Amino acid sequence: MEQQTKDLITNEISNNEVCLFMKGTPDAPQCGFSMAISNMLKILEVNFKGINVLENEELRQGIKQFSDWPTIPQLYIKKEFVGGCDIVKEMYENGELKKILEGKGISFKK
Amino acid sequence: MAMDLKEIEKHIKEALPDAIVDIQDLAGDGNHYSATVTSSEFSGKSKIEQHKMVYNSLKGKMGNELHALAIKTKE
Repeated sequence: MEQQTKDLITNEISNNEVCLFMKGTPDAPQCGFSMAISNMLKILEVNFKGINVLENEELRQGIKQFSDWPTIPQLYIKKEFVGGCDIVKEMYENGELKKILEGKGISFKK
Repeated sequence: MAMDLKEIEKHIKEALPDAIVDIQDLAGDGNHYSATVTSSEFSGKSKIEQHKMVYNSLKGKMGNELHALAIKTKE
């Protein structure tokens, strides 16, 4: 991975408490899995930044290496990789996602 | 690009011999699957680690030949 790509990822996850690497944007997701996480965050009224990996092929490949995770979407909360669609969905359903948000001091709809 | 259901199961079972694997072809197109994997080897590991074990068993096919595999892991 090029240093430039690594720096870009590091900057995004440092500057945005909740950061979703996704296909498309929160308003116009281009993939069902990306839409699913984006919608969960919207329902919880979490302020997050969606980063569209389809606009940057280097980033699309780079984030997979960075997280050592082969698929997109990928959710970061306070610089920590939380998971992809399946894990986040499970955590949303069993209440763990709210616990993480609460634990990390992120505001959301309770 | 597509991958056969049996092939996915074979890869997972090679990596996790005691696994009970339930795979479904969600769209009938050989490209969108869901897998529920139950294995004692998941014990004590985080969800991220558990899912990585399944991804690793597919030896780089995930995200390439295999477009979509929803994973659910159970201990």
